Amino acid sequence: MKIKKLVLSLLGATVAASGILAAPAMAAEEQFFPMLVYRTGPYAPSGIPVANGFRDYYTMLNKRDGGINGVMVTFEECETQYNTKLGVECYEKLKGKGTHGATLVNPFSTGITYQLIPKAPVDKVPILSMGYGRTAAADGSVFQWIYNFPTTYWSQASAFINYVAQQEGGHDKLRGKKIAHVYHNSAYGKEANPTLGVLAEKYGYKLTLLAVDHPGQEQKATWLQIRKLRPDWVFMSGWGVMNQVAVKEAAAVNYPMDRFVGNWWSGSDADVIPAGKASKGYKSAALHHPGTKFRVHDDILQYVYNGDTEEAKKNNFGEVLYNRAVLNAMFGSEAVRTAQAKFGKKAMTGEQVRWGLENLNLTEQRLDELGMNGFTRPVKISCSDHESGGPILIQQWDGQKWNIVSDWIPTMRDVVRPMIEKAASEYAKENNITPRNCG
Amino acid sequence: MLYREAGQFKTSYAGDQAIFPIIQDRWFVLAVLLVAYLVVPFVANDYFFEVVLIPFLVFSMAAIGLNLLLGYAGQLSLGTGAFMGLGAFMSYKLLTTFPDLNLIVAFLLAGLATAVVGLLFGIPSLRIKGFYLAVSTLAAQFLLGWMFTKVEWFYNYNPSGTILTPPREMFGVLITSPKADPAVKYLVALTLVAVFALAAKNIVRSRIGRSWMAIRDMDIAAEIIGFRPMQTKLMAFAVSSFYCGVAGAMLLCLDLDAAEGAEAFGINISFNVLFMVIIGGLGSILGSFLGAAFITLVPVVLTNAPQMFGIAMATDMQKHLEVMIFGGLIVYFLIVEPHGLARLWQIAKEKLRIWPFPY
Repeated sequence: MKIKKLVLSLLGATVAASGILAAPAMAAEEQFFPMLVYRTGPYAPSGIPVANGFRDYYTMLNKRDGGINGVMVTFEECETQYNTKLGVECYEKLKGKGTHGATLVNPFSTGITYQLIPKAPVDKVPILSMGYGRTAAADGSVFQWIYNFPTTYWSQASAFINYVAQQEGGHDKLRGKKIAHVYHNSAYGKEANPTLGVLAEKYGYKLTLLAVDHPGQEQKATWLQIRKLRPDWVFMSGWGVMNQVAVKEAAAVNYPMDRFVGNWWSGSDADVIPAGKASKGYKSAALHHPGTKFRVHDDILQYVYNGDTEEAKKNNFGEVLYNRAVLNAMFGSEAVRTAQAKFGKKAMTGEQVRWGLENLNLTEQRLDELGMNGFTRPVKISCSDHESGGPILIQQWDGQKWNIVSDWIPTMRDVVRPMIEKAASEYAKENNITPRNCG
Repeated sequence: MLYREAGQFKTSYAGDQAIFPIIQDRWFVLAVLLVAYLVVPFVANDYFFEVVLIPFLVFSMAAIGLNLLLGYAGQLSLGTGAFMGLGAFMSYKLLTTFPDLNLIVAFLLAGLATAVVGLLFGIPSLRIKGFYLAVSTLAAQFLLGWMFTKVEWFYNYNPSGTILTPPREMFGVLITSPKADPAVKYLVALTLVAVFALAAKNIVRSRIGRSWMAIRDMDIAAEIIGFRPMQTKLMAFAVSSFYCGVAGAMLLCLDLDAAEGAEAFGINISFNVLFMVIIGGLGSILGSFLGAAFITLVPVVLTNAPQMFGIAMATDMQKHLEVMIFGGLIVYFLIVEPHGLARLWQIAKEKLRIWPFPY
């Protein structure tokens, strides 16, 4: 009896395994985007709106324009749970699909990006790690295949210091101030540390680094330290469930919310709603406007949801991270469009898309055509600069929705760029890469 | 009918002591090895290498390591993930500090370093047993995990705390780094696992293995008949940690290529390897392979199953189903055979011997 069961289960497994090896059938020309999503696990609150945003933007492109210059956009989701190992598995699974394989990959996880960076030049799949990943990748002479525009963690940290200076009444007022950085104890969370450290020396504020371990549900000790320390400002690099816990804990120790600023991954609707009234006043950085008042939203509502606002709302329509994904999806499709302008209106290979990313020039006029005028800032990428170092916004939660409360705050290019070049050249040395000449 | 040992007489002690006393078994194992060496590298694709084969081999190695400790010496450890992590970090440190070091030598040295640390964490086993010991090895998991993020020396002081395998060659062939051919990585892993599995099999059949089993079955009795518990237990910890360390070095250099200490070698790895050993079969080298296959391959099959059968399903739904079915399967196999897959295999062999005329 037992043996029969065993044989049956083994048979089932063999049938299943043989299917993995079968090659997928070829279809008409299509531009394939692999989607590494996380709709389950402790990071799902951040992952779901992102996944929906990507899906909706590409669906809208297909329905409104018939794809990118007539080439249909296809995509397939693969669940990573924000786990690097599963992320690499998904990448391996999806990289060969579509007419010419993956167009580009948006890992949406700094950990997965770190894993994929060495693979990108081998597989010829460019990585668009929009505002996350390895900051040093902004040096395009070393990281030919990696793009992290519109701006990076290090630039963001410098802009945060600029914002604090603005609020305090000048950079000279920073001297003697106490700033704490609460960060996810991972490659992602640590990214901002070196920049904050360098700027602490330059402006004379006192920096305290407080790590929160994965997944971030337990932060009592961290916030107790903050209560003792009473820093003037708290900056946070959190993700997933860590954000909402931090907001709750900050409220519990009566930390003034308007001096608590998250980075752009710590300022989504899901981060503040669970904390209720306590989260009112919490701030975060942003790369774009929240809400649904742009033409691109009208198009998504019309073509994806047939005007059904209720259904759209259920799919996180207009939430901060949803908009982030729309922005990211647009960067991807515009890179393809840029490449098509040079290589012809057909499905692009990873190499061609890489060229498209490198020559991407999103002017104000182009953003207007895309229905995103005012939504974000123009971006121009070059061979050496993969970041474009754009300015950031500060948004604040009013208890109901996010509102922009600042102008575009410039980053400190003069401080950050030399750091990036140094880190990139160290990486190149460690991995035997000869930097290319960007002229 | 085919699988029968009738007529196979042993005329020497060597023949009687062989690992595979039955000729058919010997041929079967040889055939598996031949296929693994000569056929698989040419038919498998990148996905199959990197998601199925290499992780399977790496975790087989780790499972053998834990099985030596838990299955043979009876000492429960929850520090496997940390020991693997230590092996990985040590191999990284060795490869970056001494660029000309032979890769295999680096693996072995990483294993040795892990063995030393494993020995230290084995000391409590002299006083405490069972679940209490598990808790004290859990301390190894947390302490080492914390050190991998806190002590910057481990990751060469880079700001992100992520380690990247440097490209290294052997005999002019690139073996590590993503640029290397996955088939080459697979072959290196296969060779290491084959050699180490053979060594493990022989250790457990020798005086050392028998002393472990004596301690496992009843330590007071073992002590009375002359085994020294301290040496025996510490030896088990050292050898087991050595295997885990090598497995960790393989995981970093041949599978992951880049890793973040706390995440890649966390407590869930410890539990996964423990499940492999329990599901595969305690006290069985074959069981280590079967358990590793079960834990690493079943989720991959389940992830791909809906697509293969053309079932469209939401991504989150699919993941939830996968977790549920996987959990169900674990429970199912443990109910069908509490002694693990290796025991099932043994029963199957016994039935085969009398097939088709069972009595």
